[in-house]
Amino acid sequence: MKLKGTKRIIFEVIAVILSIVIFWVPFFFVIINSLKNKTDAALLDLSWPTAIQWSNYREVLIAQDHMVVRSFINSTLITLLSIAVLIVVSAMTGYVLQRRTDRWSGIIQFLVMAGLMIPPAVVPTIWVLDSIHLFKTMTGIVLVEVALGISFAVLLYRSFMATIPREIDEAAIVDGCGSMRMFFQMVFPLLMPVTSTVVVLSSVGIYNDFVNPLYFFPGAKNATIQLTLYNFTSMFNTSWNLLFADIILISLPPLVLFIFFNKKIVAGMTAGAVKG
Amino acid sequence: MAQTKKKTILALTGAVLLTSALTACGSNNNGNNTAANANANKSPEASQNAAAESPAASNDTASERYEKTVTLKLMIDNQTSTEGIKAVADEIEKRYNIKTEFDLRPGGDEGDNLVKTRLATGEMSDLSFYNSGSLFKALKPEKYFVDLTNEPFMQNVMDSFLPTVSVDGKAYAAPSGASQAGAWLYNKKVYAELGLSVPKTWDELKANSEKIKAAGKTAVIGSYKDSWTSQLIVLADYANVQADAPAFADDFTNNKAKFADTPAALRSFQKLSEMKDFMNKDYLATTYDQALKMLVDGTGVQYPMLTFALSNIFATYPDKISDIGVFAQPADSADKTALTVWMPAAISIYKDGKNIEAAKKWINFFASPEGMAIQATKAKPEGPYVIKGATLPDDAYEGVKEMMPYFDNGNNAPALEFLSPLKGPNLPQLTVEVGAGMKSAEDNAKAYDKDVEKQAKQLGIQGW
Amino acid sequence: MQKASITKTYKRLYTYKFLLPAGIIYFVLFLLPTIMSFFFSMTRWDLVDWEYIGFDNYKTFFSESSLNIGFRNTIIYAVVTCGLKVVFGLLLGVALTSGLRIKGYLRSVVFFPTLLSTIAVGIAFSSMMHPTQGLINKALAVAGIAGPDWLGNQNIALLSVALVDVWKGVGMATVIFIAGIMSIPEEYYEALQIDGGNAWDRFRHITNPLVAPAMNSVIILAFIGGLRSFDLVWAMTKGGPGFSTDLIASIIYKQYQGGFYGLSTAGNVILFIGVSLLAFPLLKLLSKREVDL
Repeated sequence: MKLKGTKRIIFEVIAVILSIVIFWVPFFFVIINSLKNKTDAALLDLSWPTAIQWSNYREVLIAQDHMVVRSFINSTLITLLSIAVLIVVSAMTGYVLQRRTDRWSGIIQFLVMAGLMIPPAVVPTIWVLDSIHLFKTMTGIVLVEVALGISFAVLLYRSFMATIPREIDEAAIVDGCGSMRMFFQMVFPLLMPVTSTVVVLSSVGIYNDFVNPLYFFPGAKNATIQLTLYNFTSMFNTSWNLLFADIILISLPPLVLFIFFNKKIVAGMTAGAVKG
Repeated sequence: MAQTKKKTILALTGAVLLTSALTACGSNNNGNNTAANANANKSPEASQNAAAESPAASNDTASERYEKTVTLKLMIDNQTSTEGIKAVADEIEKRYNIKTEFDLRPGGDEGDNLVKTRLATGEMSDLSFYNSGSLFKALKPEKYFVDLTNEPFMQNVMDSFLPTVSVDGKAYAAPSGASQAGAWLYNKKVYAELGLSVPKTWDELKANSEKIKAAGKTAVIGSYKDSWTSQLIVLADYANVQADAPAFADDFTNNKAKFADTPAALRSFQKLSEMKDFMNKDYLATTYDQALKMLVDGTGVQYPMLTFALSNIFATYPDKISDIGVFAQPADSADKTALTVWMPAAISIYKDGKNIEAAKKWINFFASPEGMAIQATKAKPEGPYVIKGATLPDDAYEGVKEMMPYFDNGNNAPALEFLSPLKGPNLPQLTVEVGAGMKSAEDNAKAYDKDVEKQAKQLGIQGW
Repeated sequence: MQKASITKTYKRLYTYKFLLPAGIIYFVLFLLPTIMSFFFSMTRWDLVDWEYIGFDNYKTFFSESSLNIGFRNTIIYAVVTCGLKVVFGLLLGVALTSGLRIKGYLRSVVFFPTLLSTIAVGIAFSSMMHPTQGLINKALAVAGIAGPDWLGNQNIALLSVALVDVWKGVGMATVIFIAGIMSIPEEYYEALQIDGGNAWDRFRHITNPLVAPAMNSVIILAFIGGLRSFDLVWAMTKGGPGFSTDLIASIIYKQYQGGFYGLSTAGNVILFIGVSLLAFPLLKLLSKREVDL
């Protein structure tokens, strides 16, 4: 469609207005109310604060013995560790799966797809984690996040591998490289574009994950950022200003990612989804 | 967080949680009333003074101060106000060099589950606060907690409390504070303005509610956004049920009586279904805290709730606490109206903890009249203590004073959850449906019976 | 090189040993629990001891209304969220590949919510959906409309949550459609232009059929996402009022909370079977459609 002239302008104006009503109003609503005092915020309206109260943010940060800060550290650690493991194991898997076709690869392919669709079995997973003494541990939750994220990452790597010519591998054979060395020295660096996609997408997913920490990483000490927010809903349920301030605080990391990697995220998601 | 308000916010989900630490007043079983009254009548100064004066006055264990600081972990739900407990813990640290580290857990079902998991995986804190009664017994205390039956401090505990923490005649926990009631809180100012008097029968309650509604106020506050609050009319009716059907608790536990086919018990659900027209318009979006605000403001006049709410009100609106009264949920006839009582939380010691001796010392002080008096300096009581010799302070809440006649006259009974291990987990949702008129009382009494059956089967309870 | 040696090198180079790290993690923490769930769903289980009770848990699940309401709700939720994401995603996709000068802005705005925390979105929207104080009903009141109790009315609560899900998730559908549309060669449109087709013809004859692979991805992702949904409902209604917004995943969680681990696991198995029964044929059907074109 190639709109022209006034028709295009009208269309654009309508689109902007709609985008403001549907998307900006909720954002603005949360931001503005996070800066009000408790009484004003209780009105849940869009009016400008009578006095801008930045101290809400401080109060949220120090609430319950700096719960938000501690949970932020937990969430960051979980995210970083999970991503690191995820990248390495998924890249290796995607690489071999794309290069090989035999009777095994079909089965493995199926298992990978299954991982995308099948809901994880919750209580048995707890039981397994507990049996290997990883229930409620950082290692445990990291491995769970990896296990549940592998499928998506492998699919991305596999489809990206298709764009890397086999000649590169073959050159390595001639050089007599070991397979492990060959992969990490020659192939892995070439996967950089898709690696960064996996990093961005998976980190958003893991950082925002609520269900898995809820089941597999319980306990006040273990609080993650999403669990803390959830628990604050009952604790702050008459203080919308504080609740909204917490929402803003925890939305900052995804916002930063979004600003820097907007194009990358979109490109990566679509590449994975359309080809996958 | 500084925070009385946050600390006191109690948004319990699911099973009704007994808040410890807050309260004052109340014993339970009819048989024990004399004891309770005797204590309540004792001069309050005695215990007050004990708290204020030197520690040495009370206790010979004071000399048993640890050389090196012993740290005990205390697991408690994050919705109980811990001010009073902290005050006692500070005193314990001063005397015995036992430091208390609070290990906060969620309340409600989420917390129950966490406790069970922690026990099953051997990671329990030294001390834990948990609901007494059937919920406590569901933890299999004989398996996980230290038998306290012969500890000297258990001599102080009133008999009415013991059955709620005992298995096969052995007690596995001490009380954390006072009992409380499930009843109707009401705004006395508005009652006076409208010339209303405390209802003695269910019909009188409805008549009062009509008048309040006609005056343009919310007669019955509903706060179903916190769905646990919707259970209160059913739960607080139990003393009335028992007046009509004294064997219900046992028969219910043994799969011989059902809510749906015991008229007295079904009545509890029917009462709930009769309240919709009296409730605030946005009762489905109203939370517990908002409900308390309505009650204090007088925009809402009556609120079926546990009396721990008095402590929340006192924390947030200290100048309004005297406006709030308490009456028992009325029965259909005045002579059957009785108050439903909740026991305080249980404090127990983890069997495999490293500091069992220190933990015993901790409880020894905590569950003493002196410990209770220190608690009362930070958190006023709401009913009689279940510790012998611990008495109500003079400045007890108005509402608590109004509760006393039910104890003096023996018109009270413990809540069903203290008499039976069965409490269906879906009761909050089922009572929301009845209260909101989405389902009939009869249908959901049946649904609740099925829910109970499911629980009994899942937990492998005998006779199901 | 001889054939045998090629195969040998090939096997050495692309050794399945590379799959071991991923395979072990995946097996231990995903496949193994999934397999075991079939067994544990037939037990009464407290994580330590179990007792075999046959199909009792399944019978309970299907007979009790507080449990089986989840089936109906989950299907409705998945169909509604998936349907709306496809419709709005496609419309936005077409609009954002047209000559609009603000498409970069629009794409960013539409996409940003997908990166937000579901819990945060749920909290924000439940405050806006408050029946008396909420922004939405206040705005409607200005227009003289008495807004419903979005989350309190049992008949619409599920749809309200579904709408928020769409708000949050439509950006994902949109970018997939954009990619699909962009991959359609320009010549097709040019050919149609020569034949004198209008905008609707362009959509009907070219965009719609050729965007099928993208459409399949959106449908599969959104539908399965809908079936497994938990966070948003839990943050907004906890399954209430009553049981009216309970999804299978929230019911599984509630049984877990109640300590009914066997029953909870039975719910998991039912969800597993449900997803497989619906998703794999859907996948097949859709990929067949793709081929037919």
